[in-house]
Amino acid sequence: MPAIQLQQLTKRYGKVEVLHGIDLEMADAEFTVLVGPSGCGKSTTLRMIAGLENVSGGEIYIDGNPISHLEPKERDLAMVFQDYALYPHMNVAKNMSFALRLQKRPKKEINQKIAEVAEMLGLTDYLHRKPAELSGGQRQRVAMGRALTRDSSTFLFDEPLSNLDAKLRTQMRAELALMRQRVRKNMIYVTHDQIEAMTLADRIVVMDGGYIQQQGSPEELFKKPANRFVAGFLGTPPMNFLEADIQHDGGHTFFRGKGFSLRCDEATKRRLSGHTGSGIVLGIRPSDLTFDPLAEESIELNVAISEYIGAQSVLICDCHGAKVMVELKSDTPIALGEKLNFRVDMESMHLFDPETERAIF
Amino acid sequence: MRTATLNRLTPYIFLAPAVVIMALALLYPLGYMIYGSFRDWDPSQTLGETEFVGLSNYFYLWQDASFRESLAVTLKFAISVVSVEMVIGVGLALLLDRSLRGMSVLRTLFILPMMIAPVVVGLMWRYMYHPSVGIFNRTLESAGLGSVDWLGKHALLSVIIADIWQWTPFIFILSLAALQSLPRSALEAARIDGATGWQQIIHIKLPLMMPVLIVTCLLRLIDAFKVLEVILVMTEGGPGLSTEILALRISRTATEFRELGVAAAMSNYLLMLLLLLTVAMLAYNKFQEMRADRARRIAEEAV
Ligand SMILES: Nc1ncnc2c1ncn2[C@@H]1O[C@H](COP(=O)(O)OP(=O)(O)OP(=O)(O)O)[C@@H](O)[C@H]1O
Ligand SMILES: [Mg+2]
Repeated sequence: MPAIQLQQLTKRYGKVEVLHGIDLEMADAEFTVLVGPSGCGKSTTLRMIAGLENVSGGEIYIDGNPISHLEPKERDLAMVFQDYALYPHMNVAKNMSFALRLQKRPKKEINQKIAEVAEMLGLTDYLHRKPAELSGGQRQRVAMGRALTRDSSTFLFDEPLSNLDAKLRTQMRAELALMRQRVRKNMIYVTHDQIEAMTLADRIVVMDGGYIQQQGSPEELFKKPANRFVAGFLGTPPMNFLEADIQHDGGHTFFRGKGFSLRCDEATKRRLSGHTGSGIVLGIRPSDLTFDPLAEESIELNVAISEYIGAQSVLICDCHGAKVMVELKSDTPIALGEKLNFRVDMESMHLFDPETERAIF
Repeated sequence: MRTATLNRLTPYIFLAPAVVIMALALLYPLGYMIYGSFRDWDPSQTLGETEFVGLSNYFYLWQDASFRESLAVTLKFAISVVSVEMVIGVGLALLLDRSLRGMSVLRTLFILPMMIAPVVVGLMWRYMYHPSVGIFNRTLESAGLGSVDWLGKHALLSVIIADIWQWTPFIFILSLAALQSLPRSALEAARIDGATGWQQIIHIKLPLMMPVLIVTCLLRLIDAFKVLEVILVMTEGGPGLSTEILALRISRTATEFRELGVAAAMSNYLLMLLLLLTVAMLAYNKFQEMRADRARRIAEEAV
């Protein structure tokens, strides 16, 4: 039985509808990550599950029971807020133990719990400070800590790592991954960060404009994006899109666009069998373009910008007006303005209908 | 160099006229009063003709039973009105801090009493307290409960009630403003942490409102010690000395007893009391600022 289920969940602010009937099932103890661009309704969804926003339509079920009429405290969940939401007048220890103190737990148990969580989050030296006396990253860790001291059945995280520096973020991500294995609880996690989404999630839910675009395991979404939005959203550097015409010529099928002509292999031809219309959008991940001056099925790119990021460089290239990103070993000798030939891997190429933007498998 | 000096002086130049006027309008009468309080001064004399008596006006007051009575009445009045007003004002604010239809109309209604001129408030309440035709006694009598001698036997209580009616709204709007500027998300976090409505008030709302409440309370105390018009209109300090607050006592000492020096000394006592409260309020504000500064410094070092 699914632990948490959203059924046609809808949210309206006055006349404006911001969530348009979301259907989602999360299995027991699953780590679900909601991703999507800013303003797509991630926080709203989370806050409705928490009971902080009322439901305009549809229903939320936990273990099969409708809960949308319940107060937050009756839903047995802990939440980390996007803006920390710490209690300004309480010190770190008091902030983290507020829920436990309300439950009148024994002092010893509370202190032990605080010590344990503070240790894990590196907050032991700050327990007596007020939130105003902490840096942004420390506040965020306190917000995390406040949720972790509780043993609720469901944890909601709204971008809990967004204000940490790169090093701390990596460290906290690892801590979260560890914690996730240790405590088998329902976790719903909102983030902008793809690496967080990919590394932590059992299930990723990609949202845009108040709709769920696709949901599934990280691998599923990366390998088989259902539409152009999801394909462009997941993966860094993002997928390249090239518009092309389908042309038949001497028994072969070609994708012809500005400045390139690619001959389809048999497998690709079969994929096209259900597709009517003469246009197509090719989706090629930067990692699927290989620098190869002699390759047959290739496109020629004009290097415009080179972004050095360590062992790899990301080249932003121009292909007759279209922007194409490729990855290249940093020690490859290339010059800006140079024309380079890249081999296209047909098998890993994604195809999208230019009208509906749906993927063609 | 010269322009820099000039630039630095500019604000003072602009301030100067106001400072001069303030000094004349404020300090001159104040100095006059302090000077007068050391003299045996009858209204028929000019200040120059009076005799210097040192601190004897101040000492005399402490032996004067009427002054002590008046001080006691003032303290009783101020402390009881402010504490009741705080409780009702804050309570109402907590109750009405929600977005329901018609709430803004209700809020406007609640702050109306504050906008009525004090003399009118006094007159209104005097009629309402009237032994035979006042609304209170007529209501009580028609309910068969007999009448109450409001402004006779229970004069102090009656003026206290009138003051509470007039000034609770002041505390109400300030508390409401404080409530509405509380961090929403901290309250949401408290709901998630399992706090009931009551626990949210005790553990989150009241502690966070405290700075505003303390300043509001001090402001109201300062005002309550200076109260005059409403009581003047309602009871003129009577019956006996039962509602003779300091302001009335001062005016009677000056006009009826023709003791300007003593009246001035009494004014100075009141002034000192008010000064104490004002300094307490400023010190509290300063203290809050320093605390915020310290927190900011620590947070910057923490990075
Ligand atoms: N109180 C409100 N009144 C009206 N519209 C709102 C309100 N709160 C949110 N919205 C709208 O709802 C939509 C979804 O907001 P939400 O906060 O869920 O976005 P989000 O996905 O969390 O974005 P971000 O990543 O920036 O946090 C936005 O378009 C926002 O403008
Ligand atoms: Mg958000």
